[in-house]
Amino acid sequence: MLARPARRFRRFAPLFTAFVVGAIAAVEAQPAESPGVFRWAGDPEGGAPFVEADPAHPDTLEGFDVEIATLIARALGRQPQFVNVTFWSIDQSIARGDAEIGLSGIEDTPTRRATLAVTVPYYEFREVLSVRDADAGTFRTLADLRGRRVGTLQGTIAYDILLRAGRDYGLEAVSYEDDVHPFSDLVLGRIDAVLLDNVLANRRRRTEPGFTIQPQTVAVGHYIGVVAADRAPLRDSINEILRNAMRDGSLERIFRKWNVWDDAQPGLFARVLAGTPIEPATGIDTQSGPLHTTQWQAAGRYLPSLVRASVVTIVLSCLSMGLAVVVGVLIATGRVYGGPLARLALTGYVELIRGTPILLQLFVLYYGLAAAVRLPAFAAALLGLALNYAAYESEIYRSALEAVSTGQLEAARTLGLSERQVLTLVRGPQAFRLALAPMTNDFVALLKDSSLVSVLTVMELTKQTQIFATNVGSWVVPGALCAGLYLAMSLPVAALARSLETRWRKPTA
Amino acid sequence: MAETDRMTHPVLRIADVRLDRGARTILTGAAVEVTSGELVALMGPSGSGKTTLLRAVAGLESFQAGRIEVDGVTLQGGSMATRATLAALRRKVGMVFQFHCLFEHLTAVQNVCLAPVHAHGLRPADAARRADELLTAFGVSHRAHALPRELSGGEAQRVAIARALAVDPPLLLMDEPTASLDAIRRGELGALLRELLAQGRTLLIATHDEDFARAFATRIVRMEDGAVL
Repeated sequence: MLARPARRFRRFAPLFTAFVVGAIAAVEAQPAESPGVFRWAGDPEGGAPFVEADPAHPDTLEGFDVEIATLIARALGRQPQFVNVTFWSIDQSIARGDAEIGLSGIEDTPTRRATLAVTVPYYEFREVLSVRDADAGTFRTLADLRGRRVGTLQGTIAYDILLRAGRDYGLEAVSYEDDVHPFSDLVLGRIDAVLLDNVLANRRRRTEPGFTIQPQTVAVGHYIGVVAADRAPLRDSINEILRNAMRDGSLERIFRKWNVWDDAQPGLFARVLAGTPIEPATGIDTQSGPLHTTQWQAAGRYLPSLVRASVVTIVLSCLSMGLAVVVGVLIATGRVYGGPLARLALTGYVELIRGTPILLQLFVLYYGLAAAVRLPAFAAALLGLALNYAAYESEIYRSALEAVSTGQLEAARTLGLSERQVLTLVRGPQAFRLALAPMTNDFVALLKDSSLVSVLTVMELTKQTQIFATNVGSWVVPGALCAGLYLAMSLPVAALARSLETRWRKPTA
Repeated sequence: MAETDRMTHPVLRIADVRLDRGARTILTGAAVEVTSGELVALMGPSGSGKTTLLRAVAGLESFQAGRIEVDGVTLQGGSMATRATLAALRRKVGMVFQFHCLFEHLTAVQNVCLAPVHAHGLRPADAARRADELLTAFGVSHRAHALPRELSGGEAQRVAIARALAVDPPLLLMDEPTASLDAIRRGELGALLRELLAQGRTLLIATHDEDFARAFATRIVRMEDGAVL
């Protein structure tokens, strides 16, 4: 019997292999380098004025980085080709050769200079503080925000500034994965200020009323293009193109078109053209950054925050799982014992949750319902994970309850136990033993899924690792540490479950 | 009630019970009376309705017509028994299933103590003492802390009998008690049932085992096609 499938597989193996290879090639959307094409990576989620889909023609990109990429490509005699990469992955994507250059409002940092070939700065921005209109007279500088929550975009100079300000002034840095929600949370009152560059703040103020951009400059930084470290000649060619564009006014025209030209740019252009060395950022001490330490020294420095983030991960996972188990048991009990209406409603809930992505549920819970219920980030994360996992747990418990044999239930009934006692003393305990193994799997899955709550600004282990990796410019040590910490959390859970299963199976006679 | 009446009054009266499952009639007017102190063997071919009749007496099957009375508790055909009636019935009837149906997550002694403590409100210490007496009487006290899957068929059956008798019901039902026993174990079971009779207990057993019934039953009642002959 076994030989037949094996023979059949051998016959179809070449076809199967071709299919898998083809599927992988199809999924691997990044175009390969070809002589006539200039691939540039950016994140359209960043939006205008950097890179965004044209609202009238969603397949067409527009923004000043799009025009700069086109300018460079044409000067190189190639066709520009866009590669869509998440903002915080652009460095790694360029390093592995997915595109020739990354352009998406990328900040000049010491780490980027050390790990990639960076172009000359082509735009100068200011880090500015945005506060609610009512607080404009109270919160003028970071020093005024002692004990307050200040949001910014993850992996940016602004985040480093906030971490330092956290130590100096006792404020709490809140990290976001996008540059839109910091401002909406500011207006909602979830945070008290936002530190981001003036381009992003000005753009947001045009659509989101209720906040004021303070005039003081917290720090000055620059946008650059990033090229793989081993492609310095290409970077040099691009630098020459950028300098020419500064000289002939084409870069100024692009910035004016996108309404971001200001008094700082002529000075920057003059310094670039004069060959004056330009610091990555001013207003922040870049000498004490991770660049000046080895990866292992950086790991030592980041370890306490990774351990703190692990505590958040394990506490969040345990609380969410506890709540998911309680809600899951109630749903399963309702589906097994409830009336038709209750069964219909509970089945609807389970299918709704299972049929939609957890990320969407988290967004709806935290941002979508914010106008009605303003949940704190941790509470929203806990509730989101718990309600999602409750649906899956309920299916495990329902099938476990239904797997307890009728004979066991009838024996309990003939002994005079009430239906409630049958459930709590006989059916429930037996179902729990059946459900234990899948529950353990779910808990380990939840431990890892908890990384999704970073979109709600909860600083858990994966998010902390991303920040670590961005700051050291590599995923090797941060990734290994992160994996080690996840294993340290999940292996004991699996061991505990195995020992419980063994104890329940072990002969006691 | 005088001692002689107690010895002769009917513990179980089954009158004209008809039980349908969909279009199929399983019991067609079954009628049996079992008097206190009797061991009645209900015999008949497979599908004759023996087990269904036991299940109806235990309140596990509702029936369309007729009446079942167990020591003053009445189940009326054609109507759902109330929760109170079922609760009263289950103080009168103990049942030992063909496959014992011991609770898999509990040890032998926990199986025996469960109903006395939770359904009858006995103190756990008193229930444990009673369980110990029963398990000792049935020769399985040394297996008190074993889980059901660690017991042999004979041991499991004795624990199941102890569990059913722990709340001292006037009537004990047994479904195919010899089905999984070898000749020696059958003999041991017979001896045990005789002891129960000697204690004044009343038993109704469904069995295929003619020799066993002839050897140990005080009376044999035969069934065929859902009717008592």
